[in-house]
Amino acid sequence: MSELKRDKNGRLLFTKEMRKNYTILIPMMAPIHFELIKNVLHNSGYNVELLTNTGPEVVLQGLKYVHNDTCYPALLVIGQMIDALNSGKYDLNQTALIITQTGGGCRASNYIHLLRKALKKAGYGNIPVVSLNLSGLEKNSGFKMTLPMIRKMIASLIYGDALMLLSNQLRPYELNHGECDRLVESWIGSLTEQYNHGKGLSVKQLKENLDQIAGEFAEIKATKRPIVKVGVVGEIYVKYSSLGNNSLEAFLSEQDCEVMVPGILGFVLFKTDNRLEDINLYGGNRIKYKIIKIFMDYLVKMETVFIDAIKKYPQFLPPSSYAHTKSLVNGVIGYGSKMGEGWLLTAEMLELVELGYENIVCTQPFGCLPNHICGKGMIRNIKEIDDRANIVPIDYDPSATRVNQENRIKLMLSVARERLAQAADTEVILPHTAQKEMATAYN
Amino acid sequence: MRIGLDIGSTTIKSVVVDDNKTVIFRSYERHFSQITQKTAELLQTIGDIIPTHHSTEITISGSAGMGLAESCGIPFVQEVYATRIAANRLAPGTDVVIELGGEDAKILFLSGGMEVRMNGSCAGGTGAFIDQMATLLNVPLEEMDDLAKQHEKLYTIASRCGVFAKSDIQPLLNQGAKKSDIAASIFGAVVNQTIAGLAQGRPIIGKILYLGGPLTFLSQLRKSFDETLHTTGVCPEDSLYYVALGAAYASDTTVDLEKAIEKLNNYHASEHYATITPLFENKEEYERFAQRHAKHNVPQIDPAGYEGKAYLGLDAGSTTVKAVILGKEGQLLASSYQPNNGNPVPIIRAFLLDFYEKYPQIQLAGATVTGYGEEIVKNAFRADSGVVETVAHFTAAKSFMPDVEFIIDIGGQDIKCFKIRNGVIDNIFLNEACSSGCGSFLQTFANALGYSIEEFAKLGLFADHPVDLGSRCTVFMNSSVKQAQKDGASIENISAGLSISVVKNALYKVIRAASADELGKHIVVQGGTFLNDAVLRAFEQELKTDAVRPGIAGLMGAYGAALYAKKHSKGCSTILNKQELLDFTHEVSNVNCGLCSNNCQLTINRFDGGRRYISGNRCERPITKKATDNSLNIYDYKLKLLKEFTPGEAKRGIIGIPMELNMYELLPFWHTFFTTLGFKVITSPDSSRELYLNGQSTIPSDTVCFPAKLMHGHVQQLIDDGITTIFYPCLTYNIDEGLGDNHYNCPVVAYYPEVITSNMPAVKKLTFIKDYVGIHRPKDFPGKMQKILAQYFDGISLKEVEAASKSAYKAYGDYFKCVRAQGARIIAQAEKENRPIIVLAGRPYHVDPEINHGIDRLIAGFGVAIVSEDCVSYEVKKFTTTVLNQWTYHSRLYAAAKYIANKPNMNLVQLVSFGCGVDAITTDEVREILEQEGRIYTQIKIDEITNLGAVKIRLRSLFAATQEQ
Repeated sequence: MSELKRDKNGRLLFTKEMRKNYTILIPMMAPIHFELIKNVLHNSGYNVELLTNTGPEVVLQGLKYVHNDTCYPALLVIGQMIDALNSGKYDLNQTALIITQTGGGCRASNYIHLLRKALKKAGYGNIPVVSLNLSGLEKNSGFKMTLPMIRKMIASLIYGDALMLLSNQLRPYELNHGECDRLVESWIGSLTEQYNHGKGLSVKQLKENLDQIAGEFAEIKATKRPIVKVGVVGEIYVKYSSLGNNSLEAFLSEQDCEVMVPGILGFVLFKTDNRLEDINLYGGNRIKYKIIKIFMDYLVKMETVFIDAIKKYPQFLPPSSYAHTKSLVNGVIGYGSKMGEGWLLTAEMLELVELGYENIVCTQPFGCLPNHICGKGMIRNIKEIDDRANIVPIDYDPSATRVNQENRIKLMLSVARERLAQAADTEVILPHTAQKEMATAYN
Repeated sequence: MRIGLDIGSTTIKSVVVDDNKTVIFRSYERHFSQITQKTAELLQTIGDIIPTHHSTEITISGSAGMGLAESCGIPFVQEVYATRIAANRLAPGTDVVIELGGEDAKILFLSGGMEVRMNGSCAGGTGAFIDQMATLLNVPLEEMDDLAKQHEKLYTIASRCGVFAKSDIQPLLNQGAKKSDIAASIFGAVVNQTIAGLAQGRPIIGKILYLGGPLTFLSQLRKSFDETLHTTGVCPEDSLYYVALGAAYASDTTVDLEKAIEKLNNYHASEHYATITPLFENKEEYERFAQRHAKHNVPQIDPAGYEGKAYLGLDAGSTTVKAVILGKEGQLLASSYQPNNGNPVPIIRAFLLDFYEKYPQIQLAGATVTGYGEEIVKNAFRADSGVVETVAHFTAAKSFMPDVEFIIDIGGQDIKCFKIRNGVIDNIFLNEACSSGCGSFLQTFANALGYSIEEFAKLGLFADHPVDLGSRCTVFMNSSVKQAQKDGASIENISAGLSISVVKNALYKVIRAASADELGKHIVVQGGTFLNDAVLRAFEQELKTDAVRPGIAGLMGAYGAALYAKKHSKGCSTILNKQELLDFTHEVSNVNCGLCSNNCQLTINRFDGGRRYISGNRCERPITKKATDNSLNIYDYKLKLLKEFTPGEAKRGIIGIPMELNMYELLPFWHTFFTTLGFKVITSPDSSRELYLNGQSTIPSDTVCFPAKLMHGHVQQLIDDGITTIFYPCLTYNIDEGLGDNHYNCPVVAYYPEVITSNMPAVKKLTFIKDYVGIHRPKDFPGKMQKILAQYFDGISLKEVEAASKSAYKAYGDYFKCVRAQGARIIAQAEKENRPIIVLAGRPYHVDPEINHGIDRLIAGFGVAIVSEDCVSYEVKKFTTTVLNQWTYHSRLYAAAKYIANKPNMNLVQLVSFGCGVDAITTDEVREILEQEGRIYTQIKIDEITNLGAVKIRLRSLFAATQEQ
């Protein structure tokens, strides 16, 4: 074990020495993205491991060590880490944990503190926790977010978004089952290989890679057929994490749906933009504004590269630009609404409806405060704006049962199938054709 | 021939429709979780009536049928969808369908934009809820309907979830409210829940169809809907079978009936549910366990052979009445444990009469009452004393284990735990409204499956794969059980799972313990629920420790009370003697108090000889005829202070401000700001039940906190009053008081104006100013605010806004000066008079009496001085907390806890709104700060309705504990 050092408030620090011999465990959220980010960290000289443990024990540990009324993601993330520490797979004298910290006004900013409380309770008080953030919270001598690292991470998020987007758009139609997933796998491998050689991160290489990715996906043999298109939005963790959302994407895919999950880059753009909006709304330092603006512009540029790469292939639907998505909520909800997923959540729902994914699952942890506002609170408004919207809000928590969740989603899907049938006005491929009967019932 | 099956959470409905679409067969029965078996039997029956060689099409619907259908290759159709198919065919022209099922509530809007709504996973089940309530009232369902017909008045019952409603009803029962009135009130609650939870602002008008079991069987429930919706809905023929009919109409896949039955018989639902360790490996292990627990007993003797003085302890609990009579040496002479059937009085009378009759040689020399019904029983029978139940239980536990460190009592409706440190009650955990009812839940569930609770719990003892049912509130457990059934779990495994859940709930939800070490080594478990070996075993297994369960585990409250009576006996008792008991009368009447604007509904119990007991009151006024002295109550002071902000002249126009959430603190600021600018500022009136109901239908999220829900009513009221400009801004940031790392508002306070404008259609017709405002930057504020105002009003100059801002910030500062000065005066006065002081800590809006339900007055009634967190927080310098200290209101809580930590005359009671996610973090931190200094932490959860009885117990326990400390 390295020497344990604490700051003046008693926080255990991650020291330079630890950087050499400690393994940092990363909780799982979005598998493609996180795999790539893990590789960035590895590439920057950290020993890291991405946690893949799931199962009831994770929830159990979460329930045991985290206040049960705290949001479900905190419970799962912390449960997953403690379960990993309990597993015996890691040398507890040489293990550290890492967790993101956004610094916003919702409970999520407190995850790291809840994690420390839980560790203390579970007897792991000597395990250092690193905060991963862009706000300069909690400094550690052994872990620094350098500019190159930030760039690599952003590139990784874009690669992740691209792989997720393309595979989601093709998977239900592929002729050879599993081809999309294999291509995703192979790209994670080759991107990592590029990272190891310091490649794949410049704008130019990003462009080349994205072109190639899109090109390879375009070659996958697929037959388009009219099936229900479902968008997934919500609190960031339950939106992406299959552990958090009871394998929602797999369920939708079993129900023969095409799924669209808006990317993580949008969230990063949103969080950056918030700082600009804060200054616009309430006043503030112009120099700070300019610095953030430079970063914002950089992100927007990267986003453009991404969208342009997808656009080259007409068979794919490129995501809307951040600027366009943002414009959709003008007059619907204020840009100052920034806690949690804030106005972006509302905007994503409108974007999805616009893109033809008007059937939406809005996921949230039970009792999620920002979602009362931007999710459930806006559904009525969204329907008034565009009556195609067919939204079902689903709560996730340790005891919310799958049967209830799936039943509600099925209801949303029934309405979606009916509309699909009406639109197609032809025989539709369905597990069973209740719709036909519907039509006679109407006549 | 088309067959439709509707497999719900509790029942299976089936219909067979012939080729002319005529229904030739229908059935409705409870499946008692034997879903596959019942379905197979049902299909067999159907097969027998259908002519052979006739093609049959089958479709299954219903929440419990999903897995079954998929596994057996029978088509499935979602049940709401099926309802729609049936409604379109059988009742064309229907606008809205309201369907209540076993656990689901649904509204279908068919005309003008089809929409279907189902209750969220929180709202629980309405049918199961009514069943639960009927059990509580101890009447069959039909009788409940008859009772409701005779109602004279309605009580307010929480309309959110069953558990809440239960904790409203129990005190009403205990206070002697009429069953008929309660029955009607329960239906009213169901109606409110359905409308508030599902309509979400969409008006329910036109031709309305009532479907499902509860609405078919309960005429009064339909009537209640009719009255609330101002309409007359129709409950059609076959209202129970709409889902099944829809499924039948949707059938178009030919299924070989015999093969389907065969498949069902071969279908052993894959045991895919999550399981936990069995309770006992084998019989031997169980026997050892049973022997170990047989040791802890009270000596019992036959009272016939006893003479002289004896001591009576009565525990009038929420669902049961317990009585114990002890002899001089503490020997157990007699005891009784009975359900209270909603009224403890006749049961106790019968018990006492029987005892007097049989053993005239024994004289009662002391009688003490404890429990929920303490007051009424004490008054009815003229007992010598009452003791708060926590103290009673501690007294009892001590007699079994003098060095007891932890006591956990799981009763019918509640869980009580106390930590003992240095021989005094150091910490009390009572279950919050959301997880209550654990014991009675087991009971209801057992009954639903056709067992008594004892039989049911026993089933689980040797279960091989207990189901993991989670540790949330009972309503959630209901759905978890449903899931387990779907996955094919046996009753044994479900039973064991439920017992384990009860324990986990207590440990992780109420006590929040991580391990046995936290509770100490010496644990006494008690309460009727622990009499079930399965529950006890689960407890020991979960904590990996041996506990003591006294043989009289179910009687511990009464036993403690009897010990108390013995200790405090003056040689004879005032308790009613035999003749008095024979002459005993008890009459109940209801009146409205009318002594103040609260106008509480009082239940008056009159006994013979002029004894009476009044309940339902929020203050002592109807009893003492004097108003509570509120001179040392800052909550009262704050309310009065806010009332001083009266409307000025309307030179520029009128601005309405809804008085809820952060406006409780920012009124001085905004009122002054707009008044200075020449606006007449009108605030919405005081919150009330009516005001809340008036806005309830536009609430989009049923799990948001009550203060936010009330906001809808306030805005509606302003609109109803003809206000055309409303000011309610979004505030991401609050003012920085230098106590924390940041100064946010919580997401709900910050952005609730967005919810109001998006969900209240009426708002769109007026000027609603909800812009994002930064009051945390006083220098930038005037410029930014001037631009905002320019969007709505002409000709307000920057200069004017600057002047108004200056006055506004000053008024805000002055308001705090007044509050702090008054706080200091209250503290000084209390110290002079040697009164205890409570820092009643919460949010600014907890001052609203509709939100705090008069808890401040209740505390003041104990002769205690009350200050709020902001009266003392400013005295504390910023310090390090173990959580990110980033919300202004919450920083005050931490500071207040720090402030009182070394002041023995002060205690902190934290008010927490149910559903407040932020408080999941603050409560733990405040507790930690206090406990570090050895202080007691008390939390009171408040919601739409709050059970003041439970609050009273908590406070009395706190005072008892501090007195002993």
